Amino acid sequence: MSRKKKRLTPKQNILKGLIKENPTFVLVLGMCPTLGVTTSLENGLGMGLSVLFVLMLTNAVIASIRKIVPDEIRIPVYIVVIALVVTLLEWFLNAFIPSLYDALGIFLPLIVVNCIVLGRAEAYASDNTVVDSIFDGMGMGLGFTLGLSTLAFTRELLGTGSVQLLGFTLFDANSAATFLVQPAGAFLTLGLLIGIINTVRIDREKKKQAILDEKIKIALAKKAAKEAAKKKQLEAEGAN
Amino acid sequence: MENLLTLAFTSFLVQNIILNQFLGICSFLGVSNKRSKAIGMGLAVFAVITLSSMLTWAIYYLILVPGELTFMRTIVFILVIAGMVQILEMAIKKFSPSLYGALGVYLPLITTNCAVLGVSLLHVQNNFTFSETVVFAAFTSLGYTAIIIVFSYIREQMYRAPIPEGFKGIPAGLIAASIMALIFKGFVGLI
Repeated sequence: MSRKKKRLTPKQNILKGLIKENPTFVLVLGMCPTLGVTTSLENGLGMGLSVLFVLMLTNAVIASIRKIVPDEIRIPVYIVVIALVVTLLEWFLNAFIPSLYDALGIFLPLIVVNCIVLGRAEAYASDNTVVDSIFDGMGMGLGFTLGLSTLAFTRELLGTGSVQLLGFTLFDANSAATFLVQPAGAFLTLGLLIGIINTVRIDREKKKQAILDEKIKIALAKKAAKEAAKKKQLEAEGAN
Repeated sequence: MENLLTLAFTSFLVQNIILNQFLGICSFLGVSNKRSKAIGMGLAVFAVITLSSMLTWAIYYLILVPGELTFMRTIVFILVIAGMVQILEMAIKKFSPSLYGALGVYLPLITTNCAVLGVSLLHVQNNFTFSETVVFAAFTSLGYTAIIIVFSYIREQMYRAPIPEGFKGIPAGLIAASIMALIFKGFVGLI
Protein backbone atom coordinates (compact mmCIF):
# COMPACT_ATOMS: atom_id res chain seq x y z
CA MET A 1 0.00 0.00 0.00
CA SER A 2 2.94 2.35 0.48
CA ARG A 3 4.06 2.45 -3.12
CA LYS A 4 5.72 5.78 -3.78
CA LYS A 5 4.15 7.44 -6.74
CA LYS A 6 4.41 10.91 -8.11
CA ARG A 7 1.23 12.74 -7.23
CA LEU A 8 -0.52 14.16 -10.26
CA THR A 9 -2.10 17.59 -10.22
CA PRO A 10 -5.85 17.70 -10.97
CA LYS A 11 -5.16 19.00 -14.46
CA GLN A 12 -2.66 16.24 -15.23
CA ASN A 13 -5.08 13.69 -13.79
CA ILE A 14 -7.89 14.80 -16.08
CA LEU A 15 -5.64 14.99 -19.14
CA LYS A 16 -4.37 11.49 -18.39
CA GLY A 17 -7.89 10.07 -18.58
CA LEU A 18 -8.83 12.19 -21.55
CA ILE A 19 -5.87 11.47 -23.83
CA LYS A 20 -2.90 9.46 -22.57
CA GLU A 21 -4.94 6.64 -21.00
CA ASN A 22 -8.20 7.15 -22.85
CA PRO A 23 -10.40 4.22 -21.75
CA THR A 24 -11.94 3.67 -25.17
CA PHE A 25 -9.07 4.15 -27.59
CA VAL A 26 -5.97 3.34 -25.53
CA LEU A 27 -7.01 1.00 -22.70
CA VAL A 28 -9.87 -0.53 -24.74
CA LEU A 29 -12.08 -1.05 -21.67
CA GLY A 30 -15.85 -1.00 -21.27
CA MET A 31 -16.50 -2.18 -24.79
CA CYS A 32 -20.08 -3.42 -24.34
CA PRO A 33 -21.76 -0.01 -23.90
CA THR A 34 -19.25 1.52 -26.32
CA LEU A 35 -20.56 -0.66 -29.11
CA GLY A 36 -24.13 -1.06 -27.87
CA VAL A 37 -25.44 2.47 -27.35
CA THR A 38 -23.48 4.53 -29.87
CA THR A 39 -26.13 4.54 -32.59
CA SER A 40 -26.73 8.25 -31.97
CA LEU A 41 -24.72 11.07 -30.44
CA GLU A 42 -27.47 11.69 -27.90
CA ASN A 43 -27.28 8.14 -26.51
CA GLY A 44 -23.48 8.05 -26.62
CA LEU A 45 -23.25 11.32 -24.69
CA GLY A 46 -25.90 10.14 -22.20
CA MET A 47 -24.04 6.90 -21.54
CA GLY A 48 -20.70 8.72 -21.22
CA LEU A 49 -22.07 11.20 -18.69
CA SER A 50 -23.78 8.40 -16.72
CA VAL A 51 -20.45 6.58 -16.41
CA LEU A 52 -18.74 9.88 -15.50
CA PHE A 53 -21.20 10.34 -12.65
CA VAL A 54 -20.82 6.74 -11.44
CA LEU A 55 -17.02 6.88 -11.65
CA MET A 56 -16.69 10.10 -9.64
CA LEU A 57 -19.08 8.94 -6.93
CA THR A 58 -17.71 5.40 -6.57
CA ASN A 59 -14.10 6.63 -6.61
CA ALA A 60 -14.97 9.14 -3.87
CA VAL A 61 -16.74 6.56 -1.70
CA ILE A 62 -14.11 3.87 -2.18
CA ALA A 63 -11.23 6.25 -1.51
CA SER A 64 -12.89 7.38 1.71
CA ILE A 65 -13.42 3.83 3.00
CA ARG A 66 -10.10 2.48 1.71
CA LYS A 67 -8.51 2.29 5.18
CA ILE A 68 -11.46 0.50 6.82
CA VAL A 69 -12.05 -2.25 4.26
CA PRO A 70 -9.98 -5.41 4.84
CA ASP A 71 -7.88 -6.41 1.85
CA GLU A 72 -9.43 -9.87 1.40
CA ILE A 73 -13.00 -8.71 0.85
CA ARG A 74 -12.30 -5.45 -0.96
CA ILE A 75 -13.60 -6.59 -4.38
CA PRO A 76 -17.09 -7.64 -3.11
CA VAL A 77 -17.29 -4.38 -1.15
CA TYR A 78 -16.39 -2.37 -4.25
CA ILE A 79 -19.03 -4.23 -6.28
CA VAL A 80 -21.71 -3.47 -3.68
CA VAL A 81 -20.75 0.22 -3.63
CA ILE A 82 -20.85 0.38 -7.43
CA ALA A 83 -24.18 -1.46 -7.60
CA LEU A 84 -25.68 0.99 -5.11
CA VAL A 85 -24.51 4.02 -7.06
CA VAL A 86 -25.77 2.56 -10.35
CA THR A 87 -29.17 1.80 -8.81
CA LEU A 88 -29.41 5.40 -7.62
CA LEU A 89 -28.59 6.57 -11.14
CA GLU A 90 -31.26 4.23 -12.57
CA TRP A 91 -33.94 5.73 -10.31
CA PHE A 92 -32.81 9.24 -11.13
CA LEU A 93 -32.88 8.74 -14.90
CA ASN A 94 -36.17 6.84 -14.75
CA ALA A 95 -37.72 9.75 -12.87
CA PHE A 96 -36.25 12.76 -14.68
CA ILE A 97 -35.00 11.70 -18.14
CA PRO A 98 -37.21 8.70 -19.08
CA SER A 99 -36.32 8.96 -22.79
CA LEU A 100 -32.64 8.37 -22.02
CA TYR A 101 -33.56 5.61 -19.55
CA ASP A 102 -35.41 3.78 -22.33
CA ALA A 103 -32.72 4.38 -24.93
CA LEU A 104 -29.90 3.02 -22.76
CA GLY A 105 -32.02 0.03 -21.77
CA ILE A 106 -30.12 -2.88 -20.35
CA PHE A 107 -26.77 -1.09 -20.65
CA LEU A 108 -27.68 1.22 -17.76
CA PRO A 109 -27.75 -1.49 -15.05
CA LEU A 110 -24.78 -3.10 -16.78
CA ILE A 111 -22.57 -0.15 -15.72
CA VAL A 112 -22.17 -2.26 -12.56
CA VAL A 113 -19.94 -4.70 -14.45
CA ASN A 114 -18.23 -2.06 -16.59
CA CYS A 115 -14.52 -2.84 -16.32
CA ILE A 116 -13.59 0.86 -16.17
CA VAL A 117 -15.48 1.46 -12.92
CA LEU A 118 -14.14 -1.55 -11.03
CA GLY A 119 -10.75 -1.06 -12.69
CA ARG A 120 -10.36 2.52 -11.42
CA ALA A 121 -11.60 1.52 -7.95
CA GLU A 122 -8.97 -1.20 -7.73
CA ALA A 123 -6.12 0.54 -9.54
CA TYR A 124 -6.52 4.10 -8.26
CA ALA A 125 -9.09 4.81 -5.57
CA SER A 126 -7.91 1.93 -3.36
CA ASP A 127 -4.69 3.78 -2.47
CA ASN A 128 -5.16 7.46 -3.20
CA THR A 129 -6.81 10.34 -1.40
CA VAL A 130 -10.46 11.22 -1.90
CA VAL A 131 -9.80 14.42 -3.85
CA ASP A 132 -7.27 12.77 -6.18
CA SER A 133 -9.66 9.88 -6.78
CA ILE A 134 -12.49 12.24 -7.71
CA PHE A 135 -10.27 13.93 -10.28
CA ASP A 136 -9.12 10.55 -11.59
CA GLY A 137 -12.77 9.51 -11.96
CA MET A 138 -13.53 12.79 -13.69
CA GLY A 139 -10.65 12.32 -16.15
CA MET A 140 -11.54 8.73 -16.95
CA GLY A 141 -15.24 9.57 -17.24
CA LEU A 142 -14.52 12.48 -19.57
CA GLY A 143 -12.21 10.25 -21.62
CA PHE A 144 -14.96 7.64 -21.88
CA THR A 145 -17.47 10.33 -22.87
CA LEU A 146 -15.08 11.62 -25.52
CA GLY A 147 -14.56 8.11 -26.92
CA LEU A 148 -18.27 7.34 -27.00
CA SER A 149 -19.19 10.70 -28.53
CA THR A 150 -16.56 10.36 -31.27
CA LEU A 151 -17.80 6.89 -32.17
CA ALA A 152 -21.46 7.85 -31.94
CA PHE A 153 -20.95 11.03 -33.97
CA THR A 154 -19.17 9.13 -36.76
CA ARG A 155 -21.79 6.39 -36.86
CA GLU A 156 -24.80 8.68 -36.75
CA LEU A 157 -23.42 11.12 -39.31
CA LEU A 158 -22.39 8.52 -41.88
CA GLY A 159 -25.16 6.06 -41.05
CA THR A 160 -28.14 8.44 -41.19
CA GLY A 161 -26.72 11.50 -42.89
CA SER A 162 -27.54 13.86 -40.02
CA VAL A 163 -26.79 14.39 -36.33
CA GLN A 164 -30.02 14.91 -34.44
CA LEU A 165 -28.58 16.37 -31.25
CA LEU A 166 -26.72 19.12 -33.11
CA GLY A 167 -29.55 19.45 -35.62
CA PHE A 168 -27.54 19.49 -38.80
CA THR A 169 -27.75 17.39 -41.93
CA LEU A 170 -24.79 16.55 -44.13
CA PHE A 171 -26.56 14.55 -46.81
CA ASP A 172 -29.87 12.88 -47.58
CA ALA A 173 -30.84 9.84 -45.47
CA ASN A 174 -31.43 7.79 -48.64
CA SER A 175 -27.76 7.89 -49.60
CA ALA A 176 -26.51 7.14 -46.05
CA ALA A 177 -24.61 3.97 -45.16
CA THR A 178 -27.36 2.47 -42.95
CA PHE A 179 -24.99 -0.42 -42.29
CA LEU A 180 -23.04 1.79 -39.88
CA VAL A 181 -25.90 2.13 -37.37
CA GLN A 182 -26.35 -1.65 -37.33
CA PRO A 183 -24.30 -3.98 -35.09
CA ALA A 184 -21.73 -4.82 -37.78
CA GLY A 185 -21.08 -1.11 -38.32
CA ALA A 186 -20.28 -0.64 -34.63
CA PHE A 187 -17.43 -3.14 -34.78
CA LEU A 188 -16.13 -1.71 -38.05
CA THR A 189 -16.19 1.95 -36.95
CA LEU A 190 -14.51 1.24 -33.63
CA GLY A 191 -11.88 -0.99 -35.26
CA LEU A 192 -11.05 1.67 -37.83
CA LEU A 193 -10.96 4.50 -35.25
CA ILE A 194 -8.61 2.60 -32.91
CA GLY A 195 -6.47 1.54 -35.87
CA ILE A 196 -6.14 5.10 -37.16
CA ILE A 197 -5.32 6.46 -33.70
CA ASN A 198 -2.70 3.73 -33.21
CA THR A 199 -1.15 4.46 -36.61
CA VAL A 200 -0.89 8.16 -35.82
CA ARG A 201 0.61 7.41 -32.40
CA ILE A 202 3.20 4.99 -33.79
CA ASP A 203 4.06 7.50 -36.52
CA ARG A 204 4.58 10.29 -33.99
CA GLU A 205 6.69 8.09 -31.77
CA LYS A 206 8.85 7.11 -34.74
CA LYS A 207 9.32 10.76 -35.68
CA LYS A 208 10.23 11.61 -32.11
CA GLN A 209 12.71 8.73 -32.08
CA ALA A 210 14.17 9.89 -35.40
CA ILE A 211 14.68 13.42 -34.06
CA LEU A 212 16.28 11.99 -30.93
CA ASP A 213 18.57 9.76 -33.03
CA GLU A 214 19.58 12.75 -35.13
CA LYS A 215 20.41 14.78 -32.00
CA ILE A 216 22.49 11.93 -30.60
CA LYS A 217 24.31 11.58 -33.90
CA ILE A 218 25.14 15.29 -34.00
CA ALA A 219 26.29 15.22 -30.38
CA LEU A 220 28.48 12.18 -31.05
CA ALA A 221 29.98 13.80 -34.16
CA LYS A 222 30.74 16.96 -32.16
CA LYS A 223 32.37 14.92 -29.43
CA ALA A 224 34.46 12.98 -31.95
CA ALA A 225 35.54 16.20 -33.64
CA LYS A 226 36.51 17.69 -30.29
CA GLU A 227 38.53 14.62 -29.38
CA ALA A 228 40.26 14.59 -32.74
CA ALA A 229 41.16 18.27 -32.30
CA LYS A 230 42.50 17.55 -28.80
CA LYS A 231 44.58 14.64 -30.11
CA LYS A 232 45.99 16.80 -32.86
CA GLN A 233 46.88 19.48 -30.35
CA LEU A 234 48.59 16.92 -28.13
CA GLU A 235 50.48 15.52 -31.09
CA ALA A 236 51.51 19.00 -32.10
CA GLU A 237 52.67 19.68 -28.55
CA GLY A 238 54.53 16.36 -28.52
CA ALA A 239 56.28 17.25 -31.77
CA ASN A 240 57.39 20.51 -30.26
CA MET B 1 -42.48 -26.77 -27.87
CA GLU B 2 -42.29 -24.99 -31.20
CA ASN B 3 -42.07 -21.76 -29.30
CA LEU B 4 -39.07 -23.02 -27.35
CA LEU B 5 -37.33 -24.19 -30.52
CA THR B 6 -37.72 -20.77 -32.10
CA LEU B 7 -36.43 -19.16 -28.93
CA ALA B 8 -33.41 -21.49 -28.92
CA PHE B 9 -32.63 -20.73 -32.55
CA THR B 10 -33.11 -16.99 -32.11
CA SER B 11 -30.92 -16.72 -29.04
CA PHE B 12 -28.20 -18.92 -30.52
CA LEU B 13 -27.85 -17.37 -33.97
CA VAL B 14 -30.12 -14.45 -34.83
CA GLN B 15 -29.77 -12.45 -31.60
CA ASN B 16 -26.25 -13.68 -30.96
CA ILE B 17 -25.10 -12.28 -27.65
CA ILE B 18 -21.73 -11.04 -28.90
CA LEU B 19 -22.39 -10.04 -32.47
CA ASN B 20 -25.87 -8.60 -32.04
CA GLN B 21 -26.36 -7.67 -28.37
CA PHE B 22 -22.79 -6.52 -27.62
CA LEU B 23 -22.56 -8.32 -24.29
CA GLY B 24 -19.33 -9.91 -23.11
CA ILE B 25 -17.15 -8.01 -25.58
CA CYS B 26 -14.30 -7.46 -23.09
CA SER B 27 -13.75 -11.17 -22.56
CA PHE B 28 -14.41 -11.82 -26.24
CA LEU B 29 -11.51 -9.57 -27.25
CA GLY B 30 -9.30 -10.49 -24.32
CA VAL B 31 -9.49 -14.27 -24.44
CA SER B 32 -10.06 -15.10 -28.09
CA ASN B 33 -6.40 -14.75 -29.09
CA LYS B 34 -5.67 -18.35 -28.03
CA ARG B 35 -7.74 -21.44 -28.76
CA SER B 36 -7.21 -23.20 -25.42
CA LYS B 37 -8.14 -20.05 -23.50
CA ALA B 38 -11.24 -19.54 -25.64
CA ILE B 39 -12.50 -23.08 -25.00
CA GLY B 40 -11.96 -22.81 -21.24
CA MET B 41 -13.64 -19.43 -20.99
CA GLY B 42 -16.50 -20.48 -23.25
CA LEU B 43 -17.35 -23.55 -21.16
CA ALA B 44 -17.07 -21.65 -17.89
CA VAL B 45 -19.40 -18.93 -19.19
CA PHE B 46 -21.89 -21.56 -20.39
CA ALA B 47 -22.03 -23.15 -16.93
CA VAL B 48 -22.26 -19.86 -15.04
CA ILE B 49 -24.89 -18.23 -17.26
CA THR B 50 -27.17 -21.28 -17.27
CA LEU B 51 -26.99 -21.79 -13.51
CA SER B 52 -27.13 -18.13 -12.53
CA SER B 53 -30.16 -17.30 -14.69
CA MET B 54 -32.11 -20.19 -13.15
CA LEU B 55 -31.15 -18.90 -9.73
CA THR B 56 -31.97 -15.27 -10.50
CA TRP B 57 -35.31 -16.33 -12.05
CA ALA B 58 -36.23 -18.11 -8.83
CA ILE B 59 -35.11 -15.22 -6.64
CA TYR B 60 -36.84 -12.62 -8.78
CA TYR B 61 -40.23 -14.33 -8.93
CA LEU B 62 -40.23 -15.97 -5.48
CA ILE B 63 -38.71 -13.19 -3.38
CA LEU B 64 -38.42 -9.85 -5.18
CA VAL B 65 -41.84 -9.75 -6.87
CA PRO B 66 -43.93 -10.82 -3.82
CA GLY B 67 -41.90 -8.48 -1.61
CA GLU B 68 -42.23 -5.61 -4.12
CA LEU B 69 -38.47 -5.24 -4.18
CA THR B 70 -37.99 -5.39 -7.95
CA PHE B 71 -36.18 -2.05 -7.94
CA MET B 72 -33.34 -3.80 -6.09
CA ARG B 73 -32.76 -6.31 -8.86
CA THR B 74 -29.39 -5.00 -10.07
CA ILE B 75 -27.81 -5.21 -6.61
CA VAL B 76 -29.40 -8.57 -5.76
CA PHE B 77 -28.46 -10.16 -9.09
CA ILE B 78 -24.82 -9.09 -8.98
CA LEU B 79 -24.49 -10.40 -5.42
CA VAL B 80 -26.13 -13.70 -6.38
CA ILE B 81 -23.82 -14.08 -9.37
CA ALA B 82 -20.69 -13.21 -7.40
CA GLY B 83 -21.64 -15.63 -4.64
CA MET B 84 -22.54 -18.39 -7.06
CA VAL B 85 -19.28 -18.06 -8.96
CA GLN B 86 -17.38 -18.29 -5.68
CA ILE B 87 -19.27 -21.43 -4.61
CA LEU B 88 -18.88 -23.00 -8.05
CA GLU B 89 -15.16 -22.35 -7.94
CA MET B 90 -14.82 -24.02 -4.54
CA ALA B 91 -16.97 -26.97 -5.61
CA ILE B 92 -14.99 -27.61 -8.79
CA LYS B 93 -11.73 -27.29 -6.88
CA LYS B 94 -12.88 -29.92 -4.38
CA PHE B 95 -14.54 -32.44 -6.68
CA SER B 96 -12.62 -32.22 -9.92
CA PRO B 97 -9.11 -30.80 -9.73
CA SER B 98 -8.50 -31.53 -13.42
CA LEU B 99 -11.54 -29.48 -14.45
CA TYR B 100 -10.42 -26.78 -12.04
CA GLY B 101 -7.09 -26.66 -13.83
CA ALA B 102 -8.89 -26.02 -17.11
CA LEU B 103 -11.62 -23.60 -15.95
CA GLY B 104 -10.42 -22.30 -12.60
CA VAL B 105 -8.57 -19.24 -13.85
CA TYR B 106 -11.57 -18.01 -15.81
CA LEU B 107 -14.15 -18.33 -13.05
CA PRO B 108 -13.26 -15.20 -11.00
CA LEU B 109 -13.22 -13.15 -14.20
CA ILE B 110 -16.78 -14.17 -15.01
CA THR B 111 -18.36 -12.14 -12.19
CA THR B 112 -17.60 -8.98 -14.14
CA ASN B 113 -18.55 -10.44 -17.52
CA CYS B 114 -21.51 -8.38 -18.63
CA ALA B 115 -23.01 -11.33 -20.49
CA VAL B 116 -23.87 -13.02 -17.18
CA LEU B 117 -25.68 -10.08 -15.59
CA GLY B 118 -27.05 -9.20 -19.02
CA VAL B 119 -28.81 -12.55 -19.52
CA SER B 120 -30.31 -12.35 -16.03
CA LEU B 121 -31.63 -8.84 -16.69
CA LEU B 122 -32.91 -9.79 -20.14
CA HIS B 123 -35.03 -12.71 -18.99
CA VAL B 124 -36.68 -10.42 -16.45
CA GLN B 125 -37.21 -7.76 -19.08
CA ASN B 126 -38.84 -10.26 -21.45
CA ASN B 127 -41.04 -11.86 -18.74
CA PHE B 128 -39.84 -15.38 -19.60
CA THR B 129 -41.31 -18.44 -17.88
CA PHE B 130 -38.90 -20.80 -16.14
CA SER B 131 -38.55 -23.20 -19.08
CA GLU B 132 -38.12 -20.30 -21.48
CA THR B 133 -35.44 -18.86 -19.22
CA VAL B 134 -33.52 -22.14 -19.17
CA VAL B 135 -33.63 -22.48 -22.96
CA PHE B 136 -32.80 -18.80 -23.47
CA ALA B 137 -29.83 -18.89 -21.06
CA ALA B 138 -28.42 -22.18 -22.34
CA PHE B 139 -28.58 -21.25 -26.01
CA THR B 140 -27.45 -17.66 -25.53
CA SER B 141 -24.36 -18.85 -23.67
CA LEU B 142 -23.78 -21.58 -26.26
CA GLY B 143 -23.86 -18.82 -28.85
CA TYR B 144 -21.16 -17.02 -26.85
CA THR B 145 -19.06 -20.19 -26.61
CA ALA B 146 -19.41 -20.98 -30.31
CA ILE B 147 -18.46 -17.48 -31.44
CA ILE B 148 -15.50 -17.17 -29.10
CA ILE B 149 -14.08 -20.53 -30.25
CA VAL B 150 -14.61 -19.84 -33.97
CA PHE B 151 -13.11 -16.41 -33.50
CA SER B 152 -10.01 -17.81 -31.79
CA TYR B 153 -9.30 -19.83 -34.97
CA ILE B 154 -9.64 -16.68 -37.08
CA ARG B 155 -7.33 -14.71 -34.81
CA GLU B 156 -4.69 -17.42 -34.87
CA GLN B 157 -4.66 -17.13 -38.65
CA MET B 158 -4.42 -13.36 -38.41
CA TYR B 159 -1.00 -13.58 -36.77
CA ARG B 160 0.41 -14.61 -40.14
CA ALA B 161 -1.36 -11.89 -42.12
CA PRO B 162 0.58 -8.77 -43.16
CA ILE B 163 -1.49 -6.27 -41.17
CA PRO B 164 -0.27 -2.64 -40.84
CA GLU B 165 1.38 -2.10 -37.46
CA GLY B 166 -1.28 0.27 -36.11
CA PHE B 167 -4.10 -2.16 -36.90
CA LYS B 168 -2.52 -5.25 -35.32
CA GLY B 169 -4.35 -6.93 -32.44
CA ILE B 170 -7.60 -5.39 -31.28
CA PRO B 171 -8.44 -3.13 -34.29
CA ALA B 172 -8.02 -6.02 -36.74
CA GLY B 173 -10.03 -8.25 -34.40
CA LEU B 174 -12.87 -5.72 -34.30
CA ILE B 175 -12.93 -5.46 -38.09
CA ALA B 176 -13.03 -9.27 -38.40
CA ALA B 177 -15.89 -9.30 -35.86
CA SER B 178 -17.71 -6.77 -38.02
CA ILE B 179 -17.55 -9.12 -41.01
CA MET B 180 -18.80 -11.97 -38.82
CA ALA B 181 -21.69 -9.81 -37.59
CA LEU B 182 -22.63 -9.15 -41.22
CA ILE B 183 -22.68 -12.88 -41.91
CA PHE B 184 -24.90 -13.47 -38.87
CA LYS B 185 -27.32 -10.88 -40.19
CA GLY B 186 -28.14 -13.43 -42.85
CA PHE B 187 -29.72 -15.71 -40.24
CA VAL B 188 -32.50 -13.17 -39.69
CA GLY B 189 -34.12 -14.39 -42.90
CA LEU B 190 -34.32 -17.97 -41.63
CA ILE B 191 -37.17 -17.46 -39.19
